[in-house]
Amino acid sequence: METKPPGDDVENIVAIPQQEMKNNWSDLLVQLAERRDKQIYIAIFRHFAPKIKAYIARLGLVESTAEELMQETMLAVWRKAHMYNRSKAAASTWIYTLARNLSIDWMRKQKYPEYGLEAWHEEPDEERNSGEDEVTADRLQKAISQLPEKQAQVIYMSFFEGRSHTDISDRLGIPLGSVKSRLRLASEKLKMIWRDDV
Amino acid sequence: MNIKHHLDEATLVSYAAGSMSQAMALVVACHISMCSSCRQRIHQTEMIGGMLLENLEPADISESALEQVLACIDEAPEIEESVAAAPIFDSAPLENGADRISDLPAPLADYIGGSLDQVEWSRIVPGVYYHDLPCKTERGGVSRLMRIAPGKAMLPHSHDGNELTLILKGSFSDEIGRFTAGDIADLDSEIEHQPLVDSDEDCICLIATDAPLKFSTLLGKLVQPMTGF
Repeated sequence: METKPPGDDVENIVAIPQQEMKNNWSDLLVQLAERRDKQIYIAIFRHFAPKIKAYIARLGLVESTAEELMQETMLAVWRKAHMYNRSKAAASTWIYTLARNLSIDWMRKQKYPEYGLEAWHEEPDEERNSGEDEVTADRLQKAISQLPEKQAQVIYMSFFEGRSHTDISDRLGIPLGSVKSRLRLASEKLKMIWRDDV
Repeated sequence: MNIKHHLDEATLVSYAAGSMSQAMALVVACHISMCSSCRQRIHQTEMIGGMLLENLEPADISESALEQVLACIDEAPEIEESVAAAPIFDSAPLENGADRISDLPAPLADYIGGSLDQVEWSRIVPGVYYHDLPCKTERGGVSRLMRIAPGKAMLPHSHDGNELTLILKGSFSDEIGRFTAGDIADLDSEIEHQPLVDSDEDCICLIATDAPLKFSTLLGKLVQPMTGF
């Protein structure tokens, strides 16, 4: 990638008040699609880029690759923003799937099978919204910390180490069926926090 | 669409986490594209990924990262075409209320083109055909389409790992129940089964495993080296 001296965009960042942005990433992403506004993009970049890189590094990729894939992910955020559908996913979820797919594509040299973009657009929504806004990061943190250790472990091994059921089964020396039941229980508990308020 | 057999929660987690083989992910993506209830569920499961991302301790990024990305944007600011507008199945124009069940799920179309009619089949035994897909598998698993004639049965088998079978056309029954187009059999080592095709037409399914199948009959053991199953 070619480097060029800092452009006006970088120099002219107007600090968008932090408070306003809190938990509003989904709104900002929608605005980015509508306005193609670099300042909005920069705010999103500052928030998500370091987290994306942390995620990719945890998948076991070397630092330079994590940096490169992070930049590609952020580029995709700009280029695909018009495909983002707020009613289907929170910004963090959508950006997570972009980072996940690009990392897998890179590791496998095969495109991760996606279930089709039509899925994001078709059908009137049965749900009122993506649900994230009511759920703070704190609450998820709490939900995860309340998971029995064995369940949290299989969630982390799946999301952060990219390990398959059989792989986890080997690593932990437990039957495949136990891996799956731990994942089921953990996932169902975590999903509870988006349902009836706790 | 009346789908009765859905994905296991543990399978959804694995897909959302990006931690299953390419072969398995393809079957999952195909089922999700046909099944609105699993689509709802995967949205929620992927939200776990989003929140885990949000909770991560930020890593140091290169000082010039933002400038570099902005430079790329300036070079090629145009947005990507939305693939959503593309027809998901060439030979079946979407009519209102058209039953999508007869369509090829979009993720599979990436591998075999527009239609099941174009697939080149290889015969295992009379009435049983397969077509291997180029998806990466895990531990000697398979990634393939099967076409089985009415009245034919697969050999009874069990598995060391997971097995996903998505029905694209026709139907079969086994110890668990009856599976028709759109249904997925999401099984693991605890189950031994012998699917029997009970439709009037050939049954076409998309299959992925993450370990070779284990046949429980002598005949199965004899043909196993031949079929590669």
